[in-house]
Amino acid sequence: MGNQTFPDENGRFGDFGGRYVAETLMPPILELEKAYEEAKADPAFQRELDYFLAHYVGRPSPLYFAERLTEHTGGAKIYFKRDELNHTGAHKINNCMGQLLLAKRMGKKRIIAETGAGQHGVATATVAARLGMECIVYMGAVDIVRQKPNVFRMRLLGAEVRAVHSGTATLKDAMNEALRDWVTNVGDTFYCIGTVAGPHPYPAMVRDFQAVIGREAKQQILDAEGRLPDAAVACIGGGSNAMGLFHEFVPNEEVRLIGVEAAGKGVKSGLHAASLTGGSPGILHGNRTYLLQDEHGQIADAHSISAGLDYPGIGPEHSYLHDIGRAEYVSATDDEALEAFQLCARLEGILPALEPSHAIPRTLELAKDLGPDGLIIMNMCGRGDKDVFTIADALGEHISEGTDG
Amino acid sequence: MTHRIDQTFADRKAKGQAAFVAYMMAGDPDRGTSQAFLNALPDAGVDIIELGIPFTDPMADGLVIENAGIRARAAGTTLTSVLEMATEFRKTNDTTPIIVMGYANPLHHMGYTKFAAAAKAAGVDGAIIVDLPPEEDSELRDAFAVHDLALIRLATPTTDAERLPRVVAGTKGFVYYVSMTGITGDSFAQAGSVKEQVARVREAANLPVVVGFGVKTPERAREVAKDADGVVVGTAIVKTLHEDGPESALALIRTLADATHGNAT
Repeated sequence: MGNQTFPDENGRFGDFGGRYVAETLMPPILELEKAYEEAKADPAFQRELDYFLAHYVGRPSPLYFAERLTEHTGGAKIYFKRDELNHTGAHKINNCMGQLLLAKRMGKKRIIAETGAGQHGVATATVAARLGMECIVYMGAVDIVRQKPNVFRMRLLGAEVRAVHSGTATLKDAMNEALRDWVTNVGDTFYCIGTVAGPHPYPAMVRDFQAVIGREAKQQILDAEGRLPDAAVACIGGGSNAMGLFHEFVPNEEVRLIGVEAAGKGVKSGLHAASLTGGSPGILHGNRTYLLQDEHGQIADAHSISAGLDYPGIGPEHSYLHDIGRAEYVSATDDEALEAFQLCARLEGILPALEPSHAIPRTLELAKDLGPDGLIIMNMCGRGDKDVFTIADALGEHISEGTDG
Repeated sequence: MTHRIDQTFADRKAKGQAAFVAYMMAGDPDRGTSQAFLNALPDAGVDIIELGIPFTDPMADGLVIENAGIRARAAGTTLTSVLEMATEFRKTNDTTPIIVMGYANPLHHMGYTKFAAAAKAAGVDGAIIVDLPPEEDSELRDAFAVHDLALIRLATPTTDAERLPRVVAGTKGFVYYVSMTGITGDSFAQAGSVKEQVARVREAANLPVVVGFGVKTPERAREVAKDADGVVVGTAIVKTLHEDGPESALALIRTLADATHGNAT
């Protein structure tokens, strides 16, 4: 496979990736790349990261046999990699821990981040508080409305949440605004990108910090079942939880890697966020990758009930794995995700976030296809507490939002 | 064609003057108004035109230019229609250089080779593509070389001595010095001299150096023109056109051009 050598020295995964940024940002990006390479090779950095992952984040996360969902399909054994049990309730903190320790090492005290569902914003605010750093989170005005609990959580953690009204006022616009902040404050600011996208070295760096998910899962499934799974399944917005799960398994070609994009109202409706299923290669936010765009190369609006998947692009390594056929990319609609959310809640006593709720329907189908001898790991990358208002709304129920979200 | 650019700087230099470079967003607020405005720029004193290509995600621009892009796209502006505006302009003007300015994706989507041929046919002289740093622009540069189009590179305060030679290598026409770290329309962080920075870039590039970002007033234009080969104004023009209309914007341009050229106002 040889994937472990990607990206190349220019930050390329085949034809994807790269460093498409304004000249002002090239020197800080090169500086970041150098600092990251040095940190990666420094055992002291790794020790410190491991310490925080174990004692602060709560790793390793369990690999849990979802017995009742398995019985429900009558097919393959379904395991959840339970990254929703991490501190702050999602996989995002794995990456934030790594990046902010790197920021500390680089002497940067001002942290900026973009967030969609708010999970990355909360994780960044959390680690920034712990490390004594200033934190500013850019969030689309639309997302601020649908993710109120996380907005308040970030404020409680001492972060400043800046509403972004431009464009579609969602995740991509928050990323534009964070990039504008960075280009203005390059000297003292560290940009903590939340997914495996952006200019090199972010896609590789974020993947590396998330790869702990797959490393643990591989050992855990070998301990539990004595063999590798037939498939690893994860939802995909930018694709960090998926890349984190997949990375360790990429060389094991017998393990199918399946990414589930958000199909919104359905890919054919045009109202979706499935960049690989319904997009084409283009350049946005520092990298060349599959994007939702119109016939004139303007970025199209993404649509998903899940704010965390509501992004018109995807990490460049996924584009690469897609094009070489190593990973498969499918999609699930808003309705399928909502149904899966309820099924998971009732059968397993787990409220999944709307993001991994997209992975569940395809996991259940696959379990049926594989039959009882099959073995699947699905990344339960976030918990659904943040989504209860959105879900109540979608189900036509009215619940109080309290005084300040 | 780079010769229009070279000729423009040579003419101004012969008079001991800097060139005045004006940015406008193509198609804002609509095709007709924008075309008439474009056609009127040379008579208002503009030496080089930067014709903005609207893009949904203008990461290096402030709100004024982002909103202009939103209006232009709402009016149906596409990369193709931007080039059509250049074609129309060339029917009455064969001397003022047009540099299209924007982001990579619309060009990438059209295909760099196809874009280069279309730009040449439209009478465009070059392009500034904000998110194509030297590390990523070789494909477009090759396509431009076929048609003798200038791919203008940007140098910034963060472009250090080690990096500068790479940034200016292979650039044609002129180098655009972004005089501050920030986005278009920000206030000028340091109102001081750009003399040293311009000299540094000019020496490395052996090309004219124009200075942009943060120049809004005739006073500042006059100041920058003392040290640079050209002065760029964008946001102030786009804002005035939107708020007060073409006549006011052209009046502003006249004062900015006069100040840049060192004429008494």
